[in-house]
Amino acid sequence: MKKWILLMVLPALLSLSCSQDGGVSDLRFDPLPYAYDALEPYIDAETMELHYSRHHKAYFDNLVAALKGTPLARQPLEVLLAQASRLPDAVRNNGGGHYNHAFFWKVMSPDGGGVPEGKLGEKIEASFGSFDAFKEAFTKAALSRFGSGWVWLCVAKDGSLFITSTANQDNPLMDTVEKQGKPILALDVWEHAYYLSYQNKRGSYIDAFWHVVDWDAVAAFFEASL
Amino acid sequence: MNQQVSPHTLPALPYADNALDPVITASTIGFHYGKHHRAYVDNLNRHIAGTEYADMSLEDIIRATSGKADKAGIFNNAAQIWNHTFYWKSLRPGGGGEPPAALKEKMEAEFGSVNTCKTVFSAAALTQFGSGWTWLVLDGESLKVVKTANADLPLTTGLKPLLTLDVWEHAYYLDYQNRRPDYVKAVLEKLINWDFALENIP
Ligand SMILES: [Fe+2]
Ligand SMILES: [Fe+2]
Repeated sequence: MKKWILLMVLPALLSLSCSQDGGVSDLRFDPLPYAYDALEPYIDAETMELHYSRHHKAYFDNLVAALKGTPLARQPLEVLLAQASRLPDAVRNNGGGHYNHAFFWKVMSPDGGGVPEGKLGEKIEASFGSFDAFKEAFTKAALSRFGSGWVWLCVAKDGSLFITSTANQDNPLMDTVEKQGKPILALDVWEHAYYLSYQNKRGSYIDAFWHVVDWDAVAAFFEASL
Repeated sequence: MNQQVSPHTLPALPYADNALDPVITASTIGFHYGKHHRAYVDNLNRHIAGTEYADMSLEDIIRATSGKADKAGIFNNAAQIWNHTFYWKSLRPGGGGEPPAALKEKMEAEFGSVNTCKTVFSAAALTQFGSGWTWLVLDGESLKVVKTANADLPLTTGLKPLLTLDVWEHAYYLDYQNRRPDYVKAVLEKLINWDFALENIP
């Protein structure tokens, strides 16, 4: 219980002080939306704690440091990332690292899993043939990303859905990727995301991920993108 | 069923799986050598069966597929076999310490001191963003430190590799988690095989 309270309060304090120092209005290190152990047995508490409080926090801190005193700091994060090709490496990598992780936490939930319904469910079926076919294509993209990176379900400019994968901390908002789009689902396939529980078995981690996907959150991102 | 004899095999580890403990634990070696390195070998054999690459040496496969997007599956697995074999030899139980005199002279000539050389090497290992490798290489006559992403390696850029450090997260996550600096420091202090680097200088 103590850990949970600390978890809720600390990041809030930190983000407050960061916004004041950096003058970056939408740059916040939000609390994790659930406890570290909430996604067990699919994602273990130690992995969640390291992933959120060390990896994600480091990207956030490094981003704040990289933006400090630059004109880039005045732009919203999504606008900033869209110009990735012109950004210094430190802003592109840490900006992506912060955005991607903050987004990833939001599309998982201890009450997740199952099958998407409503508009999103219909759109996935229409786009990929069936939900299972979508899962298969997303899993294939996650398995074939060589090295560190992410897999995404995105909405393209014309409203169509597509699956894509990005290297390291790039994401589909960036003008450096093959196909840009608005992310509605993300999976981190850096080894730090699964190594403590699954080691070399990335496939087992991907299988586990489906049990914690928050389809309500994904549906909300989908509808907001239209 | 066409039974293809696998041309590439997993080279023996040059020491026991617990020989690098506690800097690199037997558990890490078990996965890193026993699963990752082995998977690269198995994947390569599967990829090249029945192709023009089936009868080539590992280095020839690497050179023939480097930079070809449509051959990435073959290149990545072949290069990772080479990199890992070279990595195991770049470490030894009771390593670290002072480099042998001939290597030390080269480090002093290029970097000013052994310590500066190690600092440059560490910095390269810490700043490789994402998965990759750090290398001590010979560029002509002079020593250099370079870093490569994912499976890339100096062989394909005309440099002569002397030793390498794996900075993929799988190399250190069980033992050091997010603390890559602790892994790099411990390996340089206690495991790095300077004799191997010297042997690689022609
Ligand atoms: Fe991550
Ligand atoms: Fe490795």
